[in-house]
Amino acid sequence: MTTAIHAEDLNVYFDKNHALKGVTMDINKNEVTAVIGPSGCGKSTFIRCINRMNDLITNCTVNGKVMVDGTDINDDDVDVVDVRRRIGMVFQKPNPFPKSIYENVAYAPRLHGIVETVDGKVKRRKHTKQELDAIVERSLRRAALWEEVKDRLDKGGMTLSGGQQQRLCIARTLSIDPEIILFDEPCSALDPIATSKIEDLLVDLKKDYTVVIVTHSMQQAARISDRTAFFYMGEMVEMGDTKQIFEKPARELTEQYITGRMG
Amino acid sequence: MNRKHKEMLYFTAFRACALLVVLALVILVGYMVTGGLGKISLEFLTEMPRRANTEGGILPAIMGTFYLMVIVLVVSVPIGVMSAIYLVEYEQSSWMGRMFKLAVYNLAGVPSIVYGLLGLSIFVGYLGFGFSLISAGLTLSIMTLPLMITASREAISAVPQSVRDASTALGATKWQTIWHHVLPYALPGIFTGIILSVSRAAGETAPLMLTGVAMSLQTLPDSFFDSFMALPYHLFYMATQSSDLLATRPLQYATALVLLLLVLGMNMVAIVMRKRYRDKYKW
Repeated sequence: MTTAIHAEDLNVYFDKNHALKGVTMDINKNEVTAVIGPSGCGKSTFIRCINRMNDLITNCTVNGKVMVDGTDINDDDVDVVDVRRRIGMVFQKPNPFPKSIYENVAYAPRLHGIVETVDGKVKRRKHTKQELDAIVERSLRRAALWEEVKDRLDKGGMTLSGGQQQRLCIARTLSIDPEIILFDEPCSALDPIATSKIEDLLVDLKKDYTVVIVTHSMQQAARISDRTAFFYMGEMVEMGDTKQIFEKPARELTEQYITGRMG
Repeated sequence: MNRKHKEMLYFTAFRACALLVVLALVILVGYMVTGGLGKISLEFLTEMPRRANTEGGILPAIMGTFYLMVIVLVVSVPIGVMSAIYLVEYEQSSWMGRMFKLAVYNLAGVPSIVYGLLGLSIFVGYLGFGFSLISAGLTLSIMTLPLMITASREAISAVPQSVRDASTALGATKWQTIWHHVLPYALPGIFTGIILSVSRAAGETAPLMLTGVAMSLQTLPDSFFDSFMALPYHLFYMATQSSDLLATRPLQYATALVLLLLVLGMNMVAIVMRKRYRDKYKW
C-alpha cells in the first residue's frame, strides 16, 4: 500500500486556540480513510489542512508538514492553486453554483484549460466544445448522476434535490481529475436514501482516487472506510484498520466513543 | 376581542400603512400629470427657455440633468463597487475595514449642502474646474458613493461563503472567484444601488447651486467645464424666483413630470438588467 498523504506534527491555531495538536498520520492511496470524533474535535480542521482551505481563515496558523507526492504542500514555493486542483473537496452542505448543471461541471476545466506539450514547449489552451461536453458527461457518469440529468443539463443546479446536488458537487470536483478527494461530512444534510447513494459512490471512487471522509456517523465510517482515525480534543487518539478500531480499539477513549459512552 | 379579531386588526393596520405609501405616490404623480401634461410638447422638450424661463422649453435643463446622471454613473459606480469588494473580500474584520465602514456610514449622514461646500472648495476652487458640469458631477458622485458602497456591500456579503469555498476548492484564485462568482451573483443588488444613487443625484438641488448650475442658459454645455442647467434647480427657480410665479405654474408641473420620467427611464434600464441577472442565476 502506498502512502498518498503523510501529515507530520500538524498544529493549527485559531488565534490562541490550539485546534489541532501535533497530528501525525498516513493516508493510503486508493483507500477510503474515515476521520471520526465528536463535534469540535478538529476533524474538519484537519482535512482542510490537506487542500489548504484554512488559508482562507484570517486568524488561522498552520504548522507542520503535509506531504503529498513527496512535497510539503505548505512550502512557500508550492502553488496553492495547483494543490487545490490536485486535491478536491466536497463540502457538508451541497453548494452548487447558481448556474446550469452543465456550467457547474464545466467551470473548473474552463478555468484551468488544457496544458499540452507542443514541440517541447508547455502550452495552455482552451477546451473545445467537444472536449468540454465529454468531460461533463464523464464526470456526471462517474458521480452516478448522468442518467438523472442528461436531458436537462441546461437547467439550474439548484433545481436538483439535495442528494442530486451533492452528487453534482462531486461531479464538479471530478471534472479536473484530482488525485485525492476530501469529503467534509458530505451526507449530514441528506436523507438516508441519498446518503446510501453517496456512500456507494465513495466506495466506487476509491478505485481511481484516494478518498478521505470526515463523518459524525460511526456507522457510516464502519460501512465504507478501510481505515479510521479517531480525533478527540484536537488530538489524533488512534488510527487503524476500520475493523480493528470498531472491534478492538487499542485506547480506552476510542472504545468509550465507539460504544457511545462519550461524545 | 378574540384572537381572530386581533389578527384582523393588525392585518388592517399593516395594510393601511402600505396603502398610505401608494396613496402618496398616486397623489404626487396625479398632481404633476394633471397640472403639467398639457404643457409637455415637442417645443417644451426641445427648445431653449425664453423670457427669463417663463416661456419656451427646458432642453438645457433636461440635458444638464442627464449629463449629471451619466457622470455619477461613470464615476460613482466603479469606485463604489470596487470599494465594496475591498471591504467584504479583503478587510472584512480588520481594523482598517471597520474604520472604512465607519467612514462610509458617516459620509451617508452628511447633508447635501455640505457636499456642495466641499465641491465648491475642492473642484471649483482648488482644482480650478470652475462652476461647471464636471465640478457638480464629481460633487454628486462623492455624495452618492456611500449609497453605492452600502448597496454593493450588502449584495456582495449576501453571496454565501459556501460558493466562495466551492470555487476556491476547485483551484480558482481569489480574484477569479470574485470575478466569476461573487460579482455576477451580487449584480442585482448592485443595480439597486445604481438606481438609488442615480435617482438621488438627479433630484439634488443644493450642491448644484454651489458648484455650477445656471438659472437660464440659451446653449447646451459644450464641454465638462461649461455651466449647465438642471431640472430640479430649474423647478426651484421657477417656483421661487420667477418674475411671474403664477404664469409658470403649469411649467413647474411639466418640469417635475419630465424629471420624474427621466429618472424613471434611467431606472427602467437598471430594473430590466436586474431582472435579467435575477433570472440568470437561480438560487
